[in-house]
Amino acid sequence: MKGRFLEQIKLMLGQAPQKPAEISPEAQQIHKMKRLTKEDFEAMKKHVRDHALEKHTWRNRRWTVLILVNLLFTFSFWLDIQILEGALTASRFVGFHLIDLNSALQVMLAHKHIIVNLFIGTATVFLLWAALGGRSFCSWACPYHLVAEWFEALHLKLVEKKWVSDHQFHRGARTVMWVLFSLLALVTGFTVFETLSPTGILSRALIYGPSLALGWVALLLVFEVVYSRRAWCRYVCPIGLTYGAVGTISPVRVVYDLNHCFHEGDCRKVCLVPHVLEMVIKGRSPDVKVPVGPDCTRCGLCVDTCPSGALKFEVKGLNKLL
Amino acid sequence: MSQETDAGPADATPAPRAAKGGSAPRSNARAQEARRRFIRTAVMSTAVVGAGLAGYLPVAAQADKPRLRPPGALDENDFLSSCIKCGQCVQVCPVEAIVLGDITDGFGIGVPHIESRAQACDFSCDAVQCILACPTGALVYRKPDFLKIRPGAELAHKPVLKAKANDPEPTLNLIERAGLARLSRPEACLATQGKGFKGQARGAGFKGQMRYMDVDRWAPIPVADHPYERDLCDLCVTECPIQDAIRLEVTEAADGSKRGIPVVMEQCVGCGVCEMICPVEPTAIVVDSRAVWEGEA
Repeated sequence: MKGRFLEQIKLMLGQAPQKPAEISPEAQQIHKMKRLTKEDFEAMKKHVRDHALEKHTWRNRRWTVLILVNLLFTFSFWLDIQILEGALTASRFVGFHLIDLNSALQVMLAHKHIIVNLFIGTATVFLLWAALGGRSFCSWACPYHLVAEWFEALHLKLVEKKWVSDHQFHRGARTVMWVLFSLLALVTGFTVFETLSPTGILSRALIYGPSLALGWVALLLVFEVVYSRRAWCRYVCPIGLTYGAVGTISPVRVVYDLNHCFHEGDCRKVCLVPHVLEMVIKGRSPDVKVPVGPDCTRCGLCVDTCPSGALKFEVKGLNKLL
Repeated sequence: MSQETDAGPADATPAPRAAKGGSAPRSNARAQEARRRFIRTAVMSTAVVGAGLAGYLPVAAQADKPRLRPPGALDENDFLSSCIKCGQCVQVCPVEAIVLGDITDGFGIGVPHIESRAQACDFSCDAVQCILACPTGALVYRKPDFLKIRPGAELAHKPVLKAKANDPEPTLNLIERAGLARLSRPEACLATQGKGFKGQARGAGFKGQMRYMDVDRWAPIPVADHPYERDLCDLCVTECPIQDAIRLEVTEAADGSKRGIPVVMEQCVGCGVCEMICPVEPTAIVVDSRAVWEGEA
């Protein structure tokens, strides 16, 4: 499984998913069994389908957290309750500095000088998201993610009606963007990405009131609705990659269980980053239990969607403790 | 949309590999789609980076008339690069003088500035709280050594805050000025015309606030709630929060009538209170952002 770790990082940087080079004997047996008893398999699948409940447990929890976090920013200023002061790019939680990793990176590269508070805030946020799953920042805190999710529903409706279609980009674009925006910050001495970041724009608009910059956010949303599903989060946003890198060491993750999977692919249809769910395709799972890679935003949509409970949240090591 | 086949999702093939011809033979249609996607990606990436770089245009356009930054701000380009666009300075300001730049400011989006005419910094926080709040050192009490202070930006000594004149430590922890006040329209200035002033400095509808020591040291009130009555208008001088920053030079004519002219002095930190309080429309005195002291005019 050691090779898999590197493979998942390459996958996050834009490489196409590969068929597993090695499949464990246990997994091979299950793969084989699923082929042998096709009728039984279909019957089981139907049984699970019929008894599956439509649930939005994780989505609702996530939306609640995301909205509360952003409202806490807003009310800390509006009502002067001073719990979470600042915006998503940098803030103080009851006095403790918190600094967004990508914004910190941009400022450090552009300004080339790191003061103590900047370091403390960045280190704190690094530890926080390393523990909580890296890209879970995206789905559990980023206001653009939520808005984009709502507009994604609209996009999918239009796709269904065949009014629009999803034009995919190469996922490597995001890696290129990350490198380019870092270089631009370093060379120009300006935080170029911040000018475009819908995360910063929305966060500030929620706290300090509406701005013209919301027009840019609207433009992105229109683009995503009519041309390319979730384009900003999937192919552009370097914040996602920064947090993804942090998430490589995270104990919080979604784990796939081959035993419970009927390979229907509902999870991949709802997923923002379906390449991380490559193993759910029939015959692809390298093992019986496979943790989902670091590009996963831990949004839990797949966990909600899976009718047979093959995808579950897990905290590494916690299962052994409990 | 992604289909559930063994062939994997449609986004599985990087274009360069298709061009080279991978180990597995690929259909023309797939190769073509991969090529299209590659072009699409190149166009989109260029557009995004281009849009980002377009943020330089407003910065260049504002170069000769920079915005007034909060006290303790680094020089313009350093300020733009070091500011993390969080607005914590906005949140601590008791008179809400600090506002954030919009996307029309390009790289200056989310970067704080002060519109003195609408709401100036009157230092009613006493401690320059915005500097204290800044997490990245974009606002600082003392610049790091590798950043030089422009000649004339440095104050001769730490400015004395009139409101703190009786405190054990009467000075503000400021080394540099943010700008410098200038009598831009001397002909319109009431004092130069020998006129007095009576009433609300900026009219009843003006939303700006100020701290008045005789009202409440810790609670700024609207300027509209504090009318004035002066025989010879000297609001820019009396309302200036800093000692020895501006004075009124009065000349008495033979008939006993008095005329005055506001003279900006070395201790001016460029806070903008004079610009906010000036009762003339448009204002007769302005703050030139980043302007330096070159001796008394």
